[in-house]
Amino acid sequence: MGLKGLTLNQKRTVWAWATLAVPLLFFVIVRMFPALYAMKLSLYDWQFLNDTQPFVGLEHYKTLFQDEVFWKSLKNTFIYVVVGVPAQIAVGISIALLIQKVNKFQGLYRMLYFIPYVTSSVAVAWVWRWIMQEHGGLFNQILMSFGIPAQKLLGSPSQAIYVIIASIVWQGMGFSMVIFLAGLEGIPQTFYEAAEIDGANGWHRFWKITWPLLNPTIVFSALTGTIRYLQVFTEVLNMSSQGQGGPLNSTKSLVLFIYQEAFKSLNLSYASAATAVLFVIILVLTVVQNKVITKKFEY
Amino acid sequence: MKKRFAAMLAAVLALSVVLAGCGGSKETKTETTEPAKTETTQPASSEKVTIEYWQYDYKSKTELVNQLIKEFQTANPNITINHVVFPYEQYNEKVAAAVSAGKGPDVINLYYGWLPKYVDSGYLQPLPEDAFPAATIEKEFFPVVKAGQMDGKYYVLPTAVRTLAMLYNVDLFKAANIAEPPKTWDELVDQAKKLTKRDANGQLEQVGFYFNVGGQGHNWFREVLIRQAGGQPQSADYKKIAWSTPEGLKAFKWWVELQTVHKVGEIGFMTDDVTAFKNGKAAMDVDGSFRLGNLKDVPFEFRSAPLPVGPDGKQYTMASFWANGLTKKAQGAQKEAAIKWMKFLTQPDTMERWTKAIGELPARPEVAEKFKDDPKMAGFIQGLPYANATFFVDEVKDRDALTVAVDEVILNGKSTDEALKEAEAKVQKLFDDYWSKRK
Repeated sequence: MGLKGLTLNQKRTVWAWATLAVPLLFFVIVRMFPALYAMKLSLYDWQFLNDTQPFVGLEHYKTLFQDEVFWKSLKNTFIYVVVGVPAQIAVGISIALLIQKVNKFQGLYRMLYFIPYVTSSVAVAWVWRWIMQEHGGLFNQILMSFGIPAQKLLGSPSQAIYVIIASIVWQGMGFSMVIFLAGLEGIPQTFYEAAEIDGANGWHRFWKITWPLLNPTIVFSALTGTIRYLQVFTEVLNMSSQGQGGPLNSTKSLVLFIYQEAFKSLNLSYASAATAVLFVIILVLTVVQNKVITKKFEY
Repeated sequence: MKKRFAAMLAAVLALSVVLAGCGGSKETKTETTEPAKTETTQPASSEKVTIEYWQYDYKSKTELVNQLIKEFQTANPNITINHVVFPYEQYNEKVAAAVSAGKGPDVINLYYGWLPKYVDSGYLQPLPEDAFPAATIEKEFFPVVKAGQMDGKYYVLPTAVRTLAMLYNVDLFKAANIAEPPKTWDELVDQAKKLTKRDANGQLEQVGFYFNVGGQGHNWFREVLIRQAGGQPQSADYKKIAWSTPEGLKAFKWWVELQTVHKVGEIGFMTDDVTAFKNGKAAMDVDGSFRLGNLKDVPFEFRSAPLPVGPDGKQYTMASFWANGLTKKAQGAQKEAAIKWMKFLTQPDTMERWTKAIGELPARPEVAEKFKDDPKMAGFIQGLPYANATFFVDEVKDRDALTVAVDEVILNGKSTDEALKEAEAKVQKLFDDYWSKRK
């Protein structure tokens, strides 16, 4: 079957498939294959250097679900998502709304807010760590100048995770702002003018016009934010003492747990089991979120 | 449109599943970093043998080994050595990948703490008795190299060793009118109190002693403090953890009280001990000899002293080492060449150069003699004859258990006895799982 006998349309289809095949192959080999291989690995007992890997079925999963550190990591990861994602969206919308109102130097403000996003996460984490030092850190100095006693911050099992979330939100606010600026551009001014004529105040205008019409942007931001926060790692590694996810495992995220099990304790197949669980969580949350918060608004 | 999408999705998934299914025998790694290879010219002579030597990448070590290879190859023209280095973080991964691909080194440099895993997987072969007689090793090396044994056979031999000692800031000591570093537990507390400074708001500006668990604190507790209180960290057969004996509990209580009662140190001050010490904000710090490399350019005078003695009046310290071993790949002519190379690496002359260039301590007493008067190395060298290396099943989890125990006391007010017993139970489980698998 040579290419001669095909119609123009069919030739174009073949060409399309051919060019798509390259990135598709790359995607399958680099992304999907390792993920599925890791899941297969979780059913065996790979003791690092052994020649044979006996099949153990779901044993790793049984151990995993009895591991209190795993559950703590899972709980922490949910805190990262439940606190971080709304915060990211709220900050993004707020800054976008404020920038929209500004007449001069809009470009300058956009650049300034975007700079944290293009800064190395490791650098951001370390600078925050120094600012949040219990003794002599800038943050505590400011608190004390207001008469508030110095806080333990990253040394406190109850505060540390929120400090880390704050640093991630700070770093991501530029990106969030850009997304929402684009979303706000898509709302016609006429709606606002009509509402004003009808006597709606700022609050009403926001909740009845801006918020619903921003829905696609919010969905996008929530989905990508959820996927990102579910996999938080760099910030936790750099902002906790010895990268342990402490104090008392209060900041340990699921990915940090996997990393430690795999590369520090060399329990590769055990870590693969945790990876499989994370995969399922991300998949389920993404699908559910997509269905639940997507709403169509037409005015 | 939907049908086509479904077909495409099915094809992608099918492809992935098929690939995943035959993953065991397939070369899978996509390497993005190339290991740094150093090859010298091939000598023209018969019976050529090439062996491969792996190390983790550390600039001074890599440079010295390259130099040593040149000299070894000149003396042994029929042997060529391939020197391959990897970044430390990826070291174990690279070894695992090479093993499963049937490749890898003949001689490998590894951390003694990984010995259980490496030996149990059958990856290392024991050092041949005729080439490395146990009696000779015990006569010519420090006792701590016994940690290179498993089941009574030597598997690895170190070129250099690291010990713990007390680093102290001489300038801060002079400013506080303290002449000598502490010789006993009580002196440590007294001196540290004099050397701790806080500002008007109670915020620490300087700690007399850097108290931590991560870093070397946990090693100090396990190998030194427990013994000084009259106990032992483990049973002699490495099967039972013995932290919660009355002696162990006493040691733990004294240790944690450095922060909770005497307030001479605080975990996390200036993020870690090295940063605090380097910036002149910690007067004393228990650390390893490997720290000397980081402290080359500090603007103040500092020295090392042996760790202070405890209630039983005896000296102890903890040691660790990276050592060279023979992999199962080294057979026949390559094994002979590998043995020659290993001997070259552990001979006195090599050790002396190693210490001068890299700062790690020599594993032979005759070489250590030459460095015992160096003020910065003195404290570390003095500990070599009586140093102990801990047997770890999982060093990270072992350390984490103690970190949690100390945090529970400091942050949640748990009693030291209860916290330590919980930590011990966790580590005992690790050991039990390990030993039961070995049967």
